[in-house]
Amino acid sequence: MSVSERVTWLRHNRVDLALHELRAADASPTRRAQRPLLILHGLGEATPAQVPSWVEWCGPVFGLDFTGHGQSTVPAGGGYSSETLLADADHALAELTGDDAERSITVVGRGLGAYVALQLAGARAPQIHGAILLDGPGLAGGATGPSSMSYTPLPTSLVGQTPDQYGLIELSRELRPADYATSFVRLANGGSPAATPIAVCATFRPMWLDAVAAAPGVADVDLADAWSLYA
Amino acid sequence: MFAYDRPVTSGAPDIERRRAAADGLDLDGHGEVPVPGAERPARSYDLEVGGLRLRVHEWGDPDAPPMLLMHGGFDFARTFDGFAPRLAAGGWRVVSWDQRGHGESEHAALYSWDGDMRDALAIFDHAISTSGDETTRPIPVVGHSKGGALMTQLADAQPHRFRCLVNMDGIPYKRNIPEMAEHERTTMLANDIAGWLDHRRAAGTKQRRPDTLTGLATRRARMNPRLPELWLQRLVTTGGELVDGDRTDPDSKDAGWRWRLDPSMRFGGFGPWRPEWMLLRLAGLPMPFLGVLGSEMEEMGWGTPPDKVAPYLPLDSRCEVLDGVGHFVHIEQPDLVAGMVLEFLGTPS
Repeated sequence: MSVSERVTWLRHNRVDLALHELRAADASPTRRAQRPLLILHGLGEATPAQVPSWVEWCGPVFGLDFTGHGQSTVPAGGGYSSETLLADADHALAELTGDDAERSITVVGRGLGAYVALQLAGARAPQIHGAILLDGPGLAGGATGPSSMSYTPLPTSLVGQTPDQYGLIELSRELRPADYATSFVRLANGGSPAATPIAVCATFRPMWLDAVAAAPGVADVDLADAWSLYA
Repeated sequence: MFAYDRPVTSGAPDIERRRAAADGLDLDGHGEVPVPGAERPARSYDLEVGGLRLRVHEWGDPDAPPMLLMHGGFDFARTFDGFAPRLAAGGWRVVSWDQRGHGESEHAALYSWDGDMRDALAIFDHAISTSGDETTRPIPVVGHSKGGALMTQLADAQPHRFRCLVNMDGIPYKRNIPEMAEHERTTMLANDIAGWLDHRRAAGTKQRRPDTLTGLATRRARMNPRLPELWLQRLVTTGGELVDGDRTDPDSKDAGWRWRLDPSMRFGGFGPWRPEWMLLRLAGLPMPFLGVLGSEMEEMGWGTPPDKVAPYLPLDSRCEVLDGVGHFVHIEQPDLVAGMVLEFLGTPS
């Protein structure tokens, strides 16, 4: 299946987000309601064309193209933050749960998508039955405190392409203090229906992820165990 | 890249239409509430920056040495209508701009501190290249509120651009929240984030609520209780727009004056950034620095106690605290503050 065949367009302010259905729900009436899995790609990536081989999930599978990535809108002038991408993912959550606060999803993120998955698990804790954090582009982020990081406007010729160059630059170096990341763990632990709502499976552990993995209530496991946690 | 070759003034507003919606107030020939000492920019024009259209405003002789003036969050460059002409009278070409989503600039899809920072750099380049200089050279910079905080960070990142820096009540100290227990803080964060996400879900369809001219001025007075009524009314006619709403419905709530500010923006929010980090950058600034703080705390201010700033002032600096003055030091005391700034800037060059 091509990524463009089953796309739902979600309007997030002035951006159109592509939500790809990679595998539909099983129509069998005997089957209990299947929780959707949402895949969040890494920095500079896009939703894969089909369900990745590393996914062990029996329910429906979706992937979201973040702002400035894949088929989603490339906005003018940059201004990215993972908080905006969190709001992107929140739009997908609303769509996949039919705006029903009683329904939940499981989310798996690579790199930058792992960071956003953590944030979503904290921000919408009652609706996130598990967040799996994997290696991928954009996992590290940038400084963890004040710095003299500088700024450069890009030449006009680079504006408008996907993935958005401004997104690559800004999201690869955004502030990632560890205590900010662990505040989302506390929120997730307090509100998620899962006993251990966050599973860290990444090999690379930048400072924020090291702190998350060590926090109470977080499963530090391999990927196979993570799938069984939220099956 | 820049549109400076074809400067234009604002399109002639429909004066009669504005007068009819002025609640009986006298409007000037531009359909704006006149305030003694306030002047429209000598030149207003569009500049394309990274694909976004920003509105630039200038006061003073176009051949005079340039300086930059940056407004605060939820404000717009025309709040300098009183202050900027006084600086221009000192021999400067004062260049200001409406930040993305503010004033007459384009509403963007994304907003961030970094985005504003890059926009500011484009304005630096523009001001210098249009002054006949081919290379980057340091110029004076004045910022108010968020504009002061942002320029303080930029001065740390690119000190070679700054001849000196004036920060008008834009020194963040720390979040204005009381001491609270961990679980209370977590609950507050949860509510903040959920509130913000709910706002984002609805942002695409939001419109700012129109009001009468005096009604909108009264609403603004809640944020700026110390600003004179006439100034608040002028702000409505310079930072607001008159919308018709449904012409067939005389009771339409969609007609009237509303702020041009992007309705997707909202106060508050959350993120990894901490206001007190600004003080740490302030301490190392190499260029001459003047801080101007108002002693009266207001809703739009940062609530920074002056005695907390003193230990972080850079070596070549001074900080003036204006007693009995609020966050908008340059509107409340334009002569005093402009005089202070001109003396600090020295001879234009």
